[in-house]
Amino acid sequence: MAIADQKMQDFSERLTTVNEIKGRSLWQDAFRRFFKNKAAFASLIVLAAVVLFTFIGPYFAVWSNEEIDWSVLGQVPTKGIPSFETGHFFGTDDLGRDLYSRVIQGTQVSLLVGIIGAGIAVLVGTFYGAVAGYFGGRVDSAMMRTVDILLAIPYMFILILLLMVFGRSVLMLFVGIGLVSWLGMARIVRGQTLSIKNKEFVEAALVTGVHPFTIIFRHIVPNLLGVVAVYATLLVPEMILTESFISFLGLGVQEPNTSWGALISQGASTIQYGTLWQLAFPLFFFVISLFSFYFIGDGLRDALDPKDR
Amino acid sequence: MSSAETLLSVDQLKVYFNVKPEGAMLWTKPLRLKAVDGVSFDLKKGETLGIVGESGCGKSTLARAIISMVPSESGRVVWFGKDILGLPVDRMRPLRREIQMIFQDPLASLDPRMTIGEIIAEPLKTHLRDLKPREIKARVQAMMEKVGLLPNQINRYPHEFSGGQCQRIGIARALVLEPKLIICDEPVSALDVSIQAQVINLLTRLQKDLGISLIFIAHDLSVVKHISDRVLVLYLGNAVEMSNGDELYMHPRHPYTQLLISAVPIPDPEVERNREVELIKGELPSPINPPSGCVFRTRCPRVQDICSKEKPVLRAIEGTHEVACHFPLD
Amino acid sequence: MSLLKVRNLFVDFSTPDGTVHAVTDVSFDISKGETLAIVGESGSGKSQIVFAAMGLLADNGRARGEVLFEERNLLSLSPSDLNKVRANDIAMIFQDPMTSLNPYMRVSEQMTEVLVLHKGMSKSAAYTESLRMLDAVKIPDARSVIRRYPHECSGGMRQRIMIAMSLLCHPKLLIADEPTTALDVTVQAQIMHLLNEIQKEFGTAIILITHDLAVVAGSCENTLVLYGGRVLEYGRTVDLFKSPAQPYTKGLLSALPRLDTDGEQLHTIPGNPPNMMLDVRGCPFEPRCPYRRPECAETMPDLVRFQDDRLRACHVAFEDLQ
Repeated sequence: MAIADQKMQDFSERLTTVNEIKGRSLWQDAFRRFFKNKAAFASLIVLAAVVLFTFIGPYFAVWSNEEIDWSVLGQVPTKGIPSFETGHFFGTDDLGRDLYSRVIQGTQVSLLVGIIGAGIAVLVGTFYGAVAGYFGGRVDSAMMRTVDILLAIPYMFILILLLMVFGRSVLMLFVGIGLVSWLGMARIVRGQTLSIKNKEFVEAALVTGVHPFTIIFRHIVPNLLGVVAVYATLLVPEMILTESFISFLGLGVQEPNTSWGALISQGASTIQYGTLWQLAFPLFFFVISLFSFYFIGDGLRDALDPKDR
Repeated sequence: MSSAETLLSVDQLKVYFNVKPEGAMLWTKPLRLKAVDGVSFDLKKGETLGIVGESGCGKSTLARAIISMVPSESGRVVWFGKDILGLPVDRMRPLRREIQMIFQDPLASLDPRMTIGEIIAEPLKTHLRDLKPREIKARVQAMMEKVGLLPNQINRYPHEFSGGQCQRIGIARALVLEPKLIICDEPVSALDVSIQAQVINLLTRLQKDLGISLIFIAHDLSVVKHISDRVLVLYLGNAVEMSNGDELYMHPRHPYTQLLISAVPIPDPEVERNREVELIKGELPSPINPPSGCVFRTRCPRVQDICSKEKPVLRAIEGTHEVACHFPLD
Repeated sequence: MSLLKVRNLFVDFSTPDGTVHAVTDVSFDISKGETLAIVGESGSGKSQIVFAAMGLLADNGRARGEVLFEERNLLSLSPSDLNKVRANDIAMIFQDPMTSLNPYMRVSEQMTEVLVLHKGMSKSAAYTESLRMLDAVKIPDARSVIRRYPHECSGGMRQRIMIAMSLLCHPKLLIADEPTTALDVTVQAQIMHLLNEIQKEFGTAIILITHDLAVVAGSCENTLVLYGGRVLEYGRTVDLFKSPAQPYTKGLLSALPRLDTDGEQLHTIPGNPPNMMLDVRGCPFEPRCPYRRPECAETMPDLVRFQDDRLRACHVAFEDLQ
């Protein structure tokens, strides 16, 4: 036995000196295809620019998002227009607050809502769906009926109720969105898991005696990630839209904080006074970000599943 | 051969599935699909048993029932003198080390997100938890060399390999724990002819070198006969004949075996064109409602009254040649 | 006289990872009532030849060259003219009959539709004709089968129905693309027997595309061997099996396990199938060929006639291979 071990040792030494060829994983392939997709790649750059803007932008701000510029108050349509001289690069809002800072702050909140909402969906939904799909049978039935029941509740109503009862706060918003965002993900993941678990490589792992949870984490989840990634990028704008809608109704984040929805709502209500910029700037960021997310989602789908083209 | 130790002994194994009939209601009683209906055989150490039959004959189900991948209805599967059928999962796990499996679709049986090294190492990581990463790697690379793969390909992914190479990876994964039995479920039917021969030769070589037993399942009688010491012919979940390959080909005793052999084309125009091909008549009966008595009686050219009344049992008629037929051929 | 002439056919596919040269410079003829086998392994381009001829290439595929059917170039026909040829003169059956049978229509509707549409028959005449054709392909109890949906039939039965459908318009050429690959041997034997009978009875020319040399041996007059998208050998099936004139054919034949011989070690062809993305200057089989020479990697040998009706593409002399 000792001799055999010695042989093994020698052999391993000899082999490790052989230079190993690096493999090309499916992810690398997918990224290569993704970067070839011009629309998706451009969208990624746009989105990166928006995110970067929310970090760097505050350093150039002359006014904070809370400060009221008393000099423009009452004369917003004339004095609150976007200008470099006053330091209001994007103009001011109806109350004389700097729109530049407010847009940056609103963008942060909205993106955060989108990403955290999608993040919860990815974590909870993937695990929930993979477990339900993998174990199947009664476990699956029980878990998925729970999802069905939760989906049947008019969540917008619940969300509004939550915000009314516990007060308007960003935290409450996250809780509300997080509660519902993972449901769709769980369904999609479960469906995918059902097809993956019948693949021969899962059977091979079972025959070897691999533990079920190890199979889920080692074999099922990595093979789900493609679908999850695509769905998550499409879920981010959905979350942003939900938040915007709630903010538009006036139930979202609390002043002085703001978000895209709140800004657009305010901009829309004052448009009759000729303060077009109050709508235009938040709307611009809102639209390009949402478009970017959708294009990236599309690009990811094409890149991850080249057969579909 | 008879002196060798019996590794596995399968006794009257039955696998039934519940299926809902068409238009079933919640309360409708499910029908019983008899996928495997009482199959028995022994397997000796170092022996290769071929299992052949057409689609729907239950050959894959039989293989999976032996290793408890599908639940069985009744019967015994004795592994080294111990009945392992229906063992609880945690008591079955150590046995998984000794019985491995090779699958039909080479690419689908490898996780596309894992490197070759990770795939071959998985059994090691599962059963030999105290192995160091370096030892694992050494064993994996040694195994890769053994199955004819370059060890420096260890970090590549399955999609970078051709079908034949993927099957080699599957074989390496099955061998890495040095099992006593490997069940091969149609290991070459998805491969091209030129690659098929490579894999068959590899399997026979490894089997001789390592002294493992094989259960080799295929629908292609030529391949099965080539690789097997003994061949078991299945029809509709029932064993109809068992013998060594040459004997089976030269003197088939069961009418079904004879028709099956007759249907296999010979890759030689001069032989093939002067050969009388006997066509089998009728359609395969449903395993939900198999014929009474002998399951082959509905298509058998030698059918008589008794065939519908009494089910023939597999019995030795000449040495090791066993057949389940009331009127075996001479 | 030639029914179908393929001349210098090239088929390329553009994929995100590069161009795949599926078929390279393929030429062959098939005459009336002939049976031709196109043999090749997966990726040899055997199916793409007929897909190109029938205008069935995938969207990213492009065909160059000529495919002359009764002196008309199918590659330059308008889609509607090509449709007419497909409907009346050339029929095709596939490996999986379900791909060409509509799962939501009864067999009778699908069969009569063809006749009503292309032959202008009345419904009842078409129904009788369909029944007659199902009888001709030896479907037991055709009267009940014709009322079924495709999923209610077994695999072998579906393939028979497909064959019956393809024969409805009495085509001059029947292309069978791996017709028995998905079927069991006993059913395969039935279908091959049927195809032979049809060929005799209707005088239909048949192109059989397959990877299975054993199937070819029993049924085809001539055989075309394809590898890496190129024709390596062509000739009468009997000659080709007896004295293969190309190392690939030779290797392929000796790699087959045979039921009627003893189980000695199988001969193998080393290496792996070619990567169709690469531009290969020489012979595609060169890397795996036991007879290879320096020039094999440099130039592709021409397909030349070396005996009556036999063509081969190889730098090595025919005598040296025997």
